[in-house]
Amino acid sequence: MSPRETKRVLGTAEPAIDTDHSDGTNAIGIRIGLRILRTGPAFILVALVIIMAGLNEYFLTVRNLQNLFTQTAMIATLALGQLLVIVVRGVDVSVGSILGLTVVLSGLMMQAGFENGLVHIAVFISAGALFGLFNGFMIVKGGIPQPLIVTVATLGIGRGLALLLSGGTEHIGMTPVVQVAGSGSVLGIPVPAILVGAVTLCLAVLTLKTLWGRWIFAVGGNPDVAGWLGVPRDRVVMSCYMISGAMAGIAGIIYAGRTDAASPLAGVGMELDAVTAVIIGGASLFGGRGHIVNALIGALIIGVIRNGLNLMSVSPFWEAIAIGISILFALELDVLRRYLEEKLRARAARAMR
Amino acid sequence: MTGDTVLEVRGAVKSYGFVTALGGVDLTLKRGEILALLGDNGAGKTSLVRAISGIMKLDEGDILLDGQRLALGSAGDARRAGIETVFQNLAVLDNLDVASNFYIGRENTWPRWLGPLGFLNAAREASGWTAQAGSLGIKALDPRQEIGLMSGGQRQAVAVARAVAFASKVVILDEPTAALGVRESAQVLGLIKTLPQRGVSVILISHNMEHVVQVADRAVVLRQGRVAGSLVPRRDSVPDLIAMIMGAAPSTSS
Repeated sequence: MSPRETKRVLGTAEPAIDTDHSDGTNAIGIRIGLRILRTGPAFILVALVIIMAGLNEYFLTVRNLQNLFTQTAMIATLALGQLLVIVVRGVDVSVGSILGLTVVLSGLMMQAGFENGLVHIAVFISAGALFGLFNGFMIVKGGIPQPLIVTVATLGIGRGLALLLSGGTEHIGMTPVVQVAGSGSVLGIPVPAILVGAVTLCLAVLTLKTLWGRWIFAVGGNPDVAGWLGVPRDRVVMSCYMISGAMAGIAGIIYAGRTDAASPLAGVGMELDAVTAVIIGGASLFGGRGHIVNALIGALIIGVIRNGLNLMSVSPFWEAIAIGISILFALELDVLRRYLEEKLRARAARAMR
Repeated sequence: MTGDTVLEVRGAVKSYGFVTALGGVDLTLKRGEILALLGDNGAGKTSLVRAISGIMKLDEGDILLDGQRLALGSAGDARRAGIETVFQNLAVLDNLDVASNFYIGRENTWPRWLGPLGFLNAAREASGWTAQAGSLGIKALDPRQEIGLMSGGQRQAVAVARAVAFASKVVILDEPTAALGVRESAQVLGLIKTLPQRGVSVILISHNMEHVVQVADRAVVLRQGRVAGSLVPRRDSVPDLIAMIMGAAPSTSS
């Protein structure tokens, strides 16, 4: 028996005073630790940038940063949508295929001689949203509560559709608005980076300030309880897949604009980068936890690792290892977070007695 | 306590496959009455309160509130009708903060026409919680504190406070004191006792006979999905209550 416990047993008149004080100061320490863990991804990003800048003087040049932001824009856009899905206990691995399909649709419109830029943008976003809504519908209303299986299936369907519709060939030359969205720049800032910034801001406001934002965390925290307390859980889940699909459409705009082409293979494998970015950004795969800005930071961490290693002409094989290590590191931080929370709970329970 | 009938259950039947959870239960609850619902595990208590709180549909039978037949499609319907429920172990969302849990399902948004995309007013919710907790005599927990970081008693306090603050007609409590220490239990029981003064009726499920005797005006005992009888806990002895729950005594009527 520890001295503290002895004191509590003996001091029957005022049992809690001594222990409350020491528990209180300890609890503050734990709370600070938790706060640091929650802003952890930002620390990792800053540390990585400092390391990369120290190792290579070219890293912090304007030219390279423009490059870095443009390269990361697609992963970041996909990651922002992926975060919503992961918060509601799902996962969407079909986003790479959705991206490819929207790109092909835009290419087909170009082939048909239809070049109205705003209509192209609308098709990218609404086709992506529709595809995402279909994912959500199958998971919620179709009675297949395994998001991974459903989206693996639609990953195949989406890619197959993209190949079928395009006949497996690439169309070269996109409409000017799309070109600007993918490779233009304003005052030296790449347009894709501006797009990502705007989308991040919108989603941050939606998730942090609105009722819908509270609903997605409620459903992610405990779908049954949320439903019983009046949250429309099915529609909330479907809306997250829909937005994830729309984000894939926006990433499609950036892809088509950057390459000035509509390839049916656009976005192959990007779903893994998106999920990785969200996990490195500290979201929990168990749902209910995650922050939009941290998903963006997760994407930037991947981008910095790739870009930095590239600059140092390190073999790309190391890149995969470095990203793998950062995933494990992020997961361990999550384990540490849950351990600290458990300690806080135990303290709160003891303080009540 | 001798008010009119606020809630009536008529011929409630519910079965899960071959298992009959409710085999035709009738129940009346008077305005301002504290009714204890007793019975062994599997007696049908939870099924009955789930039906009344709208999260489970009856196979047969009606639920009437103030003489009007209730069509309960969801818990939201029941809450709008004035029936609040504190479910055992399933009352709060661990990853949300105290104020969010208190207002969940009742959030005010601005502007209205934006629906769920409207903005929440976190500051007003925080002060609302603090004021409500104060008027209920509950220790005002930090409204911005995540509820998953709190003890079982604190979490339960928030869930009970939510039910008590918002119910206009009936509060259903499923084992509200099971996770609590002595002091916290007394606090919850104290809250329950204030409800009849506001004309709110209570259905209390508890295994703790001492608590039942302390607060309940009447106890209805369920056994194997049927009403085995009803007693007045303050008049009849605890052994009588237990005997009826176990099925060892003939029904007496109060």
